[in-house]
Amino acid sequence: MSEMNATDRVGGTKPPTLQLSGLHKSFGTVEVLREIDLTVERGQMVFVLGRSGSGKSTMLRCCNRLEEPSAGSIFLEGQDICARGVDLDKIRRRIGMVFQSFNLYPHLDARRNVTLALRKVLKLGRDEADERATSALDRVGLANRADHYPGQLSGGQQQRVAIARAIALQPVVMLFDEPTSALDPELVGEVIAVMRELKDLHMTMLVVSHEMAFAREAADRVVFMADGRIVEDAPPEQFFTQPSEESTRAFLARYSA
Amino acid sequence: MDQLILQFFNVEVMAKAWPLLLRGLGMTALLCLAVIPLGLLGGLLAALASTSQSRWLRWPTVALIDLFRALPPLVLLIFVYSGLPFTGLQLPPFLAVVIAFLLNNSAYYGEIIRAGLISVPAGQSEAARSTGLTQSQTLIHVVLPQALRNVLPDLISNSVEVVKMTSLASVVSLAELLYSADMARSVTYNASPITLAALIYLILLWPVVRLMSRFQRKIAI
Amino acid sequence: MSAWDRFAETFLNGEVLARYLPSILGGVWVTVELSLLIVVAGILLGTALACLRAYRIAPLSLLIVVFADVFRSLPPLVLILMGYFGLPNVGFTLSAFAVLFVILTLTLAAFTEEIVWAGITATPKGQWEAARSTGMGFSQTLVWVVLPQAVRMVIPPLTNRAIAITKMTALGSVIGVPDILNQATTAQSFSGNASPLLLASALYVLLFLPLVIASRRLEARFAWRT
Repeated sequence: MSEMNATDRVGGTKPPTLQLSGLHKSFGTVEVLREIDLTVERGQMVFVLGRSGSGKSTMLRCCNRLEEPSAGSIFLEGQDICARGVDLDKIRRRIGMVFQSFNLYPHLDARRNVTLALRKVLKLGRDEADERATSALDRVGLANRADHYPGQLSGGQQQRVAIARAIALQPVVMLFDEPTSALDPELVGEVIAVMRELKDLHMTMLVVSHEMAFAREAADRVVFMADGRIVEDAPPEQFFTQPSEESTRAFLARYSA
Repeated sequence: MDQLILQFFNVEVMAKAWPLLLRGLGMTALLCLAVIPLGLLGGLLAALASTSQSRWLRWPTVALIDLFRALPPLVLLIFVYSGLPFTGLQLPPFLAVVIAFLLNNSAYYGEIIRAGLISVPAGQSEAARSTGLTQSQTLIHVVLPQALRNVLPDLISNSVEVVKMTSLASVVSLAELLYSADMARSVTYNASPITLAALIYLILLWPVVRLMSRFQRKIAI
Repeated sequence: MSAWDRFAETFLNGEVLARYLPSILGGVWVTVELSLLIVVAGILLGTALACLRAYRIAPLSLLIVVFADVFRSLPPLVLILMGYFGLPNVGFTLSAFAVLFVILTLTLAAFTEEIVWAGITATPKGQWEAARSTGMGFSQTLVWVVLPQAVRMVIPPLTNRAIAITKMTALGSVIGVPDILNQATTAQSFSGNASPLLLASALYVLLFLPLVIASRRLEARFAWRT
């Protein structure tokens, strides 16, 4: 972190936190991403909307190379993470990810779900890791559930622990892959509240989600994808009231009805 | 290396032992034909008794199943073969093997079939009974077919174990495959006949073992 | 003499039992020692092989699969006779104890590899992704995230298999390992009385019945899936 600030002071201009350029991805002969260009500036929250199958989750998963891009580049604070010889594990600890199905480790309690990477990746001592885990769990309002196992937590609580697991590593950007889609409707609110709080703390976030109201209220920009392309990229007010593309209008008409 | 080949893969010795081993293989097949169906039948009865409504049937059956799962099959075999004669009951080796394995296999097959019976939802027999089928009709036409299908891989895997287990019969001088191979070994002072027996077991069982691995992987998740 | 007296004389002969009790108890120690060694070594080796297979290095995986298949297909007694009677002729003499230990350890390792591997492949992909997304490496993820879940999933079948294979230590009596069965059959032929055999059976039940019952409990406990 301190190293990064130093270069900022010297260089003056900050590279965007995340930048995708000319990104392509195909599975066999099927092209799921074509010519994606997207920039997420520091502290921004960018929402990605689109029908299922439009490629939005694949794009998100390319950002930490859970999916391997077929062509194009991805820059994290100016560093090309697809370059040869790059240490992927070092990159990934700076990119937090939250999954649709939480993917908490069922054999570990909430605290150890958070501390595992702190201990094994950052090599922190037990006390320091516990301290960080407590503060991350506190941030998502679950410090009092630290010794509960995932099976003993509600879906909303599990997803909040998953967010704590990611933010404890102090990432420079957080990726959210439909974080509320697997939740019962009454549990969506608590997860959104946590995301709103992260936004207030100026966390940089790229969010794939269907929560339109939240997007409209909190996003800095909204991106719309169709057929593996980004067809619209606008501030939320403009996106929701006067979209420029026909496909965006059709999508909005269908989903906001 | 030459020594190794001469000792374990001596084709000449193998060729000489072949007729003997072939006869042994016939006995192994005969044993399997007796022991597997009997074990399945015993297992079915044990499974039915151990899932019965009556605790006076259930508890003793479970206790017997556990008893025979705790005893090594070879111990059981030697007890039947050389212990029982002390009561004046001298059994020929084949019969001793069949009885010992029947007890062992009934326990193992019984445990498997019991798991299968438990895996069939209660709604199945309720539905069958509500259409007027009797208890035994329900069992035969509705519950058992589903139960057996659910545990088919385990039944097949256990049958592989039973085939392997027939090699224990060599200890009581029943001239099955391994006994014949060991006879040939002691005559030729060469281990190649046993290698040949191993190859025969391998050819017979490997395909089944491989198939089960693939099958079990598919239903594991 | 009544029928019961005759039975007791043949199967529960106090005099014979007293004379051979020490040697049979010595056999208990041999059986227990062998069983523990085999369980520890076999499960460790098999788990290590399953982990190696997770790296999906084609030639290595093939070797592991062939090893596991062969040792699951062959009757252990065949391998024991091969090892005990064949190896000395190529200048490689192992004690009966060592042959039995090696063969049964490899057999248990083969089954363990297969079972643990099934557990590893049954662990959801999301677990790998979650761990890797936090910057954990492949090996770290395998050891700290996937293996603990895989092992938990396969404890019941693994326990059953371990019991079945430790019971096979009785096969050692065929090549002269002085285990319970071997001591008992020796005692029987010297005394011309079946009591040692009944005692041996009782001792096996005493050793293995608690394990069989425990495995039944384990199965019930692990029946849940979250």
